[in-house]
Amino acid sequence: MSAGAASGDVNSLEGNDWRTRRRRFVNKLMIGLCALAALLAVAMLGLIVVTVFLKGFKALSLDFFTQPTPQLAVGQSEGAGVANAIVGSLIIVAIATAIAVPIGVLVAIFTNEFASRRVSQFVRLMLDVLNGVPSVVIGIFIFGLLVVGHGQAAWIAGVALAIIEVPLIARSTQEVLSLVPSSLREGSAALGTRRWQTVVKIVVPSSLGGIVTGTLLAVARVAGETAPIIFASSLAANVVSWDPSQALSTLPFSIFIYSESPDPNDHELAWAAALLLMMFVLVLSFLGRVFLARNQRKLDGNVGTGSIALGRYLGRAVEPMRRSRSDDTDAV
Amino acid sequence: MTTIQDDNRYDLTGARGTRGRWGDWSLMGVSGAATLLTVLTFGMIVWKIVDQAHPAVGKFGLGFLSGSTWNAVNDQYGARDFIFGTAVTSLFALLIATPIAIAIGLFLADLSPKALRSPVGAMVETLAGVPSVLIGLWGIIVLGPIVRDDFAPVLASVLGWTPFFSEPAFGYTGSSMLSAVIVLVIMVVPIVSSVSRELFTRVPREVQDGALALGATRWETIQKVTIPYVGPGLLAASVLGLGRAIGEAIAVTQVIGVTTHGLSLNFFNTGDTLASRIAGQFQGAASNLQIAALFYLALILLVLSVMFNMVALVIIRRVERKRG
Repeated sequence: MSAGAASGDVNSLEGNDWRTRRRRFVNKLMIGLCALAALLAVAMLGLIVVTVFLKGFKALSLDFFTQPTPQLAVGQSEGAGVANAIVGSLIIVAIATAIAVPIGVLVAIFTNEFASRRVSQFVRLMLDVLNGVPSVVIGIFIFGLLVVGHGQAAWIAGVALAIIEVPLIARSTQEVLSLVPSSLREGSAALGTRRWQTVVKIVVPSSLGGIVTGTLLAVARVAGETAPIIFASSLAANVVSWDPSQALSTLPFSIFIYSESPDPNDHELAWAAALLLMMFVLVLSFLGRVFLARNQRKLDGNVGTGSIALGRYLGRAVEPMRRSRSDDTDAV
Repeated sequence: MTTIQDDNRYDLTGARGTRGRWGDWSLMGVSGAATLLTVLTFGMIVWKIVDQAHPAVGKFGLGFLSGSTWNAVNDQYGARDFIFGTAVTSLFALLIATPIAIAIGLFLADLSPKALRSPVGAMVETLAGVPSVLIGLWGIIVLGPIVRDDFAPVLASVLGWTPFFSEPAFGYTGSSMLSAVIVLVIMVVPIVSSVSRELFTRVPREVQDGALALGATRWETIQKVTIPYVGPGLLAASVLGLGRAIGEAIAVTQVIGVTTHGLSLNFFNTGDTLASRIAGQFQGAASNLQIAALFYLALILLVLSVMFNMVALVIIRRVERKRG
């Protein structure tokens, strides 16, 4: 490494008395510890991914994809699969996303294009608060609201997951909408267009990549949600069904119950289902990154790899992008 | 940018007519309605949970918080042990996770070689995205036996004199508060490190360069300039992690054993938390009062998590605004 103030080269410390030596030692020690912490996190991820992969891969077979789930802990899991859970997960997540995407995008349009500053700040706060509500609380809420009286159903689980998705999609859409250069809006307005035309034909299309990213990450997040499923769609029959008015089995709930089974064969099934779920989540978040990078290129006119925070604080994620943008404009 | 020039659909004569005004109103109306619905959803969550908890609130009042029994046979319910379990597991998890997470944040923001920054950052983010049920599965089948056979005996022999790690009467089990703490640490570290990394990258370059130019080492700069600059933001990051930890139901349910030992601080015992009790007992709820009591637990959890989140968000926003 070359010396320089910015890189803080330790060798710039002259002298060799005990104090300098100690400072140099403490410096190296602490930097080492920070690197160790990062290594620990990476190792943890590696450990979990590799374990799921190795244990899950062993249990994969054709039956796994075509046969329905077995009864719990009665030794039927030999040759069983999770076909019904795959179908159930797809249906529930699709319902949730179909509800959440329009609502989330509309909320972002309202706060960014129409609402006053104060209203928009309030909505933003509400979205963050909603985002912080534990999923088990959303589960018990949806139980009280919809399951009592009607019984469990896949669509109810979909509504519960939609409540989790909306703040994620709305926050990330808000971030990308605010990245759209005002010159585009002004150009459109100068051509005499109405506001709604500017929004529908200019603002939303140019941030489409970011919206897709937010959606993919939100889907990745709810695909693994288990707590709301327990309340809304857990008492399911072990048969493949496409009917959203019934309770359907899902991948996360299958992993949950088979992991607690005393039968080791059930564990095999849980690992295989875990592998499937993990691949789904990893692929979605990878695609999310790709779309975000593309959108950023489109808006910025230059290539950049934005760091995006996967996880709860999607909104925060796009922050570095915006910062680099405003830095650019400052310089000009 | 080309869209503007190429797009012939912009009918200038029609755009300013009444049709355009209707378009404006309807887009504003629809998006406003969606916003109202979203805000109302939060109100509905609060209302519904208070409403359903009502029988239990009426019967037990605030005494519920300190009640130590949870007995479905004679319909007596109290939340004390679960509040205790939530507090102990979350706080200890935070105590371990926060320094690790801040160190990761520093590494990613300041210390890491450029080539490592982006892949390591991506991996930490990916860890945040691993579904909790997978971490729970790993916790129950892989971690549990390791805790039982390796961690627990070693900890007991070294720290057995503390109240936390004395050997339990019925031997070690894989399901324990210790396993729950470890699982929570794994889930909280990525959140706290994401936020603290964000905060560290906001510290102005000039201030740090100034310290370095005065002869401070990299670490002295971090210690005397970077961390004080971010200051309360780190606390907020940690509180945000706390909000996540207290609300985590699934992974904790899988590894904690879901049986309480009163107010025992022994980490080798099984335990139970607010969230894991709600998730674990729900299908077995026998009476209406028991269901109401579970809603009461959810109410406590909701109040705590909203409170922690609000506090954290307010502090983080203040720190973020500091620059401009």
